[in-house]
Amino acid sequence: MLDWVRATPAERRLLPGGRMQGPTPWVIAIMMFVMVVIAAAGLSLANAAGVVSRGVENRYSVQVANGAARAPAAEAALRNAPGVAAVRPVPETEMRKTLERWLGPEGAKADLPLPALIDVDLKPGVSPQAIATKVEAAVPGARFVAHSATLKPMLRAIHSLTWVAFAIVLMIALATAAAVVLAARSALAANRPTIEVMHGVGATDDQVARLFQRRIAIDSLNGGAAGALAAGVVLLVIAGGRAAWVEDVAGGPLLTFLDLVALALLPLLGTLLATLVARIAVLRALREAL
Amino acid sequence: MGKLATIVEFDRVGLRYGTGAEVLRDLDFRLAAGGFYFLTGPSGAGKTSLLKLLYLAQRPTRGRIQLFGDELTDAPREALPPYRRRIGIVFQDFRLIRHLSAFDNVALPLRIAGKPEAEVESSVREMLAWVGLADRASARPPTLSGGEQQRVAIARAVIARPELLVADEPTGNVDAEMAKRILHLLTALNRLGTTIIVATHDISLITATPGAQMIRLDNGAMVDPTGSLKNPPAQMGRADA
Ligand SMILES: Nc1ncnc2c1ncn2[C@@H]1O[C@H](COP(=O)(O)OP(=O)(O)OP(=O)(O)O)[C@@H](O)[C@H]1O
Ligand SMILES: [Mg+2]
Repeated sequence: MLDWVRATPAERRLLPGGRMQGPTPWVIAIMMFVMVVIAAAGLSLANAAGVVSRGVENRYSVQVANGAARAPAAEAALRNAPGVAAVRPVPETEMRKTLERWLGPEGAKADLPLPALIDVDLKPGVSPQAIATKVEAAVPGARFVAHSATLKPMLRAIHSLTWVAFAIVLMIALATAAAVVLAARSALAANRPTIEVMHGVGATDDQVARLFQRRIAIDSLNGGAAGALAAGVVLLVIAGGRAAWVEDVAGGPLLTFLDLVALALLPLLGTLLATLVARIAVLRALREAL
Repeated sequence: MGKLATIVEFDRVGLRYGTGAEVLRDLDFRLAAGGFYFLTGPSGAGKTSLLKLLYLAQRPTRGRIQLFGDELTDAPREALPPYRRRIGIVFQDFRLIRHLSAFDNVALPLRIAGKPEAEVESSVREMLAWVGLADRASARPPTLSGGEQQRVAIARAVIARPELLVADEPTGNVDAEMAKRILHLLTALNRLGTTIIVATHDISLITATPGAQMIRLDNGAMVDPTGSLKNPPAQMGRADA
């Protein structure tokens, strides 16, 4: 498989100049850095959305307006309903603490009326509609709300962002491919006399193209690895500072092992793409001469 | 057809560059395998252009060309490299690769043909010694004199033992003594069976090469007073020697 980028020392000497020459490796490094960071962000968003929506899949709450008096009735109805896994009345102090965070000391005052709030977990597959009907019959005016419904707009936003991230990765890949085409063309132009002599002594287009695709493969592997490495360091720094918080919110690590493998494959994929694009560009350009 | 097979056949060949006037017109001739030919004519007559058709760097705009018995006028470009490997070229402007050593320049045709490196090594050493440049093997062309560059170019052209050698002014940059040595080299190759075609202004070369034929070009057309090229006589060239 490596055959198409292999070259003997003599073949290597045909194109002057060593590695990491010109802007190509740098362009590829920067593109790869951005690609890995954005891909990682996209993957974490997708994972976070998955974790959050799975976490609230079977979670509901019952709100009873002005409910200190009527809450026990609602709670009893919930406990008697089939298919309810857990019932937890949210203590008033907890609600006041939350309110205080949003409203300041004012929120802790006892004369601010609060609804009663009961968290309910249903067993998987249980129809929330039946439970809702039961509770609303027991306590008129009680509201039975799915957490997933509350979170839906946010989850939809996260999904869109995920797609935007992957679209950006794709666009950067295309831009990189375009940069590689330009690099291949300028390398061809710079080595025009060598190519003419090679053709003159009977070199095939494949023999000429190999020299250039090999050069681009080395450049993009170096540039891609450097960019991906830098991105890895940046991601580690970000994650290192916030790992605890992130896991707390999401209930698990934001990037799975498979995600990391996929990210590590990006520079390799980038190299393959660049090499292929360079080969096609060179072969097309060579076809213009006899 | 035997030993005196036709190696090159031009059939009413014309060439124009782009939309310009024809620089070659109605070229109609055959060259015998093993022959030694001089191509002469005033500057701008079309000698280099004719050679370009021969070494497959240019397609004719009309007429037909056969090389080695094969019709190549419309051959797809992928089909051409194997033919080019049977042709050695000495360019008028040498076209040595500047960043490669004399050794690597001479080795190029062998390496392109995929010869093993051990064989390349010994052939190139031998060839550089033959053209008197054994001690300049690692020199790069810009550090060589004009005559030395010319000899590297000749060594590269003949290293792969081509069946057809095309040389454009191969003595243009050397003194009379070196010109004689180069001519010797070419006649030696010719004796080994290589068909040789040399474009030159140097009449002394022609008179010093008995048995050679002359093709005269003027203003893109052949001036062929004898017509002998049309049907090469049996004693022409050295293939039957
Ligand atoms: N690439 C080209 N594009 C356009 N015109 C060309 C090209 N090469 C040669 N010509 C024209 O073709 C004609 C023949 O040129 P050519 O180089 O074949 O002459 P020549 O006989 O080799 O001359 P010299 O003895 O000076 O080397 C000239 O008029 C030249 O201007
Ligand atoms: Mg010329």
